[in-house]
Amino acid sequence: MKGCGRTLQRRAAATGGYLWSGWGSLASLCLVMAAWSFAAQTLGPLILPTPLEAFATLMGLFRDGTAWPEIVVTARRAMLGFGMSVVVGSVLGLAAGVSMTAAMMARPVVTLLLGMPPIAWLILALLWFGAGDGTPVFTVFIACFPIIFVGAMQGTRTLDGQLKEVAQVFGLPLWMKLTDVYLPHVVSYLFPAWIAALGMSWKIVVMAELLSTEDGIGAALAVSRSHLDTAASMAWIVALVGMLLAIEYLLLEPVKRRVESWREL
Amino acid sequence: MAGALIIDRQLRIAALNHRFGYQRVLEAIELQVGAGEAVALVGPSGCGKTTLLNLAAGLLAPWEGRVDNGFVRPTMMFQQPRLLPWKRTLDNIALGLKTQGMSVAERHADATRLALRMGLTADDLDKFPSALSGGMQSRAALARAFAVKPDLLLLDEAFSALDIGLKNELYGMLAAERAGNGSAALMVTHDLMEAVRLADRIVVMTGAPGRIVAEHRIRTPVPERGERWVFTHAAEFMQMPDIRAAFGLPEAR
Repeated sequence: MKGCGRTLQRRAAATGGYLWSGWGSLASLCLVMAAWSFAAQTLGPLILPTPLEAFATLMGLFRDGTAWPEIVVTARRAMLGFGMSVVVGSVLGLAAGVSMTAAMMARPVVTLLLGMPPIAWLILALLWFGAGDGTPVFTVFIACFPIIFVGAMQGTRTLDGQLKEVAQVFGLPLWMKLTDVYLPHVVSYLFPAWIAALGMSWKIVVMAELLSTEDGIGAALAVSRSHLDTAASMAWIVALVGMLLAIEYLLLEPVKRRVESWREL
Repeated sequence: MAGALIIDRQLRIAALNHRFGYQRVLEAIELQVGAGEAVALVGPSGCGKTTLLNLAAGLLAPWEGRVDNGFVRPTMMFQQPRLLPWKRTLDNIALGLKTQGMSVAERHADATRLALRMGLTADDLDKFPSALSGGMQSRAALARAFAVKPDLLLLDEAFSALDIGLKNELYGMLAAERAGNGSAALMVTHDLMEAVRLADRIVVMTGAPGRIVAEHRIRTPVPERGERWVFTHAAEFMQMPDIRAAFGLPEAR
């Protein structure tokens, strides 16, 4: 009971601390808004609308029902590509980390994949998949894959030999070796890679949509650009960045804090 | 039957040769550790003491010869505490108990009792190892080793990085826990005082390739060895020609 109470207390303290630290982020967001507002006033509405105009346009888009469908379509493509790269990248990366030969063979391929600009993949994807869901999903997958692959490979390669010896000396059965020694270490490499890839997936999906599809945030951006509608463009960008911030700070960051609480100090 | 069991509980190393690549590191090693006996391996750095200990622990497979470990619950303490950084101290101490399939409540109770006896506080047990001082980490490592009530304890210079006060305290705990469990011990050290204080038998090794050159038995029981006794006997050992030769010291004047 006592231990349980202490755990609860610790959780509550951690959550409170996290929420309190939000004030700092909020303050810096307000500073960005102020800078934006200042720039808008000096440059004029044709070049840069004020934050208020952009938010008002966005609210309008939400109210007349055009915003949600586009966001859902974009999110679906991003998540599909990201999910595929998480599964394939993690599994292959872990496997490559186990074998020295595989790791050495994978290195140049990964360097090549990381160095290849996403726009080049997009062109290839357009040729292979045409207009439609295939192109953005594939581009997101191929851009996220090497990041996750490298994270997973590093995770298994850097498994601490000293801790392996501890596991052997104390006679840990295989499942305990996995859950108590290997996985916590590997996850500490995998998780940051997943987060980096998620951020990447949002940027890539919009770029791909801009050039290849008729729906989604990217396509909406293309339309507002052709109408020279800067307010709508900014509104879509705000929606995009807002989604990214929400996923990062409401979902990933709390999970990361929970998983890696031992890294504090 | 009981007699046969006791005879089986020993570590026997026979005709052991070991090499890393083409480099011979151990040659013609013969060593036995009986139930409840404490044996200290002393020798200069790089003479293969740690390799021999790793062979005894089964972390390495011998190149030639035999290593027969008849002990049921051997455990090992390393030079560094080697706690799992992602587990709280209590769970680290209970690691071996979890292996034995003990329930969470039971193993936590066991580990807590042992840890408090070793000078850790309830607050320490709730922390991750990175939040503990080096001394507290060593206590936790000792507690982790003794939590499984080992019948053989392998120590790889486990106390070499600690200050003399803490060393002294841990020596006392080690002796008490060993007496309580009747555990045998095989310890690697280059600190002659440590060997004189804790061991029933001191085995002297020399390097290139590593081999056993001498063996000394100490008949005074461990609890009766006072500070002064340890000093005088360590000084006596330092004068012995075989020990001077093994460490490459000039002949005593």
